[in-house]
Amino acid sequence: MSDHELRVSKIRNGTVIDHVTAGQALNVLAILGIDGSEGEGVSIGMNVPSDRLGRKDVVKVEDRELSQSEVEVLSLIAPEASINIIRDYDVVEKSRVDRPETVAGLLSCPNRNCITNDDEPIASKFTVVADGVRCTYCGEIVRDDIAAHLDVQG
Amino acid sequence: MRQDHLISAANLSREGIEAVLDRAAAIDADPAAYRQRHAGAVLALCFFEPSTRTKMSFDTAMKRLGGTTVDMGTVESSSVKKGETLADTVRVVEGYADAIVLRHPSEGAAKMASEFVDVPLVNAGDGAGQHPSQTLLDLYTIRERSGLDDLSIGIMGDLKYGRTVHSLAHALTNFDVRQHFISPESLRLPRNVRFDLHEAGAQVREHTDLDEVLPELDVLYVTRIQRERFPDENEYRAVAGQYRIDEETLETARDDLSVMHPLPRVDEIAPEVDETEYATYFEQAHNGIPVRMALLDELLTRFKEGGR
Ligand SMILES: [Zn+2]
Repeated sequence: MSDHELRVSKIRNGTVIDHVTAGQALNVLAILGIDGSEGEGVSIGMNVPSDRLGRKDVVKVEDRELSQSEVEVLSLIAPEASINIIRDYDVVEKSRVDRPETVAGLLSCPNRNCITNDDEPIASKFTVVADGVRCTYCGEIVRDDIAAHLDVQG
Repeated sequence: MRQDHLISAANLSREGIEAVLDRAAAIDADPAAYRQRHAGAVLALCFFEPSTRTKMSFDTAMKRLGGTTVDMGTVESSSVKKGETLADTVRVVEGYADAIVLRHPSEGAAKMASEFVDVPLVNAGDGAGQHPSQTLLDLYTIRERSGLDDLSIGIMGDLKYGRTVHSLAHALTNFDVRQHFISPESLRLPRNVRFDLHEAGAQVREHTDLDEVLPELDVLYVTRIQRERFPDENEYRAVAGQYRIDEETLETARDDLSVMHPLPRVDEIAPEVDETEYATYFEQAHNGIPVRMALLDELLTRFKEGGR
C-alpha cells in the first residue's frame, strides 16, 4: 500500500479489514450491517494490487469493532482477511480470521424445504466443510455464494 | 447426536446395522419370545404426511412387542398443525409416549425434533431427506438373499427426491458394495449425497441406461419416478417408460438378480415380474415388521437402561 493511499483513507479509530477476497468488499459491509445510514465513516478499496492475493479489497470502518460472529461469517467469504484494530491512528491489534467449525444463526439455508425455513424455534446451523458450509439439519451444501444467504442484516 | 435416536442412515455404522439385523433375524426365528418384551410401553405415531404402510408397519411392530401406540391422526383432522410448531408438538407428545416415530414433509425435521425430546425418536421420512428404518429393512432383505459384501447394487428411478435412495446409499458405504445409480439426467443424486459418498470413498457409478449395467447386478432397487417432478407430461412419459421393468427388460439380467422396491409401485415394475424369481419386493415389505421390532426393541431397551 503506498504512503499516499494510506494518507487518503487513514482512520482515527475503528477497523481495517485487509486482504479481503477481491470483489467481496460490499458483502463484507453487508455482513457488518453497514449501509451508511448510521453516519459511520466507511471507505473501501476494490481490486487493489496485492502481493499475496494478486488483487484484493480493503474495507475501513470508523468507530466500529467486529463481534465474534461477524468475524466468523467474514472468514467464510474472505478466508485470507486480516483485521486491524485502529486506535488513535495506530494499529493496536492485528489478527487473521479463523474458519470456525460451525456457524449458527447467521446464514439461512437455501433449501426452501429445510425445517430451518419453517416457523420453528431454532436457529440455522451450518458446519464448515472444505470449500463451503453445510446445513446441519438438511445436509444442503453451499459453496460459491455464501454471501447471498447471509441472515445478519439488521 | 444422541445414540437413542435414529435420524439418518449417515449415522449408522456397520456394527450398528448388523446389531439390528441380527436382532431382527432372532425375532423372525422366534417371534413369540418377544411378545411381552415391551408390555406397557407406548409408541407415538406422528405422521405429518400420509403414509399408511410405514405407519401400519410401526404400529404392528410395537404391538407385537407387547406395547401400544398413540396416533396423532391425519394432519387435516388434528389440531396440532394449526399454527403449532413441530417443536411444541413433539414436546407435548413426549409426555404421552416412550418413543416417537416422526414423518414430516420438511428435510431436517427429525433432526430438529430430536433436539427437543429425551425419548428415542425415529425418522420415518423427512421430505426428500432420509428414511433410515426403510433402509434397515432393505439391508435385511439383501443380507437374507446374498449377504452384504462383494455386491453390485443398482439403484434406479428418482434419485434426486427419493429419500429411501439417499438413506440406502449412505448405509451401503459401510459394506463392500459397488453402487450403480441409474436415472434420467434431471433426477440424479443430489449434491450433498454425492459429497458424502465421495467422502466415504464409496465405489459409485452413474448411468442413464439400465442395459449398461444390468448384467452385472446382484440387486436392482427400483423407485418410482413421480409425474409431478416433470413440467411436461410428454417428457414424463418418455422418461418413465425407459425406467420400467418387465420380463423383457430383465432378459440380460443374472438369474439370481433380486429386484427390490420400497413400495407402493405404480407401473415401474410390470405385474408379470411378480411371478418370477427376481421379485423380492413383497418379501422386503414383510421384513418391515421384524426389522422395526428389532429397532424399537433396541431403542427402548437402551433408553430404559440409560435411565431417565
Ligand atoms: Zn437446511
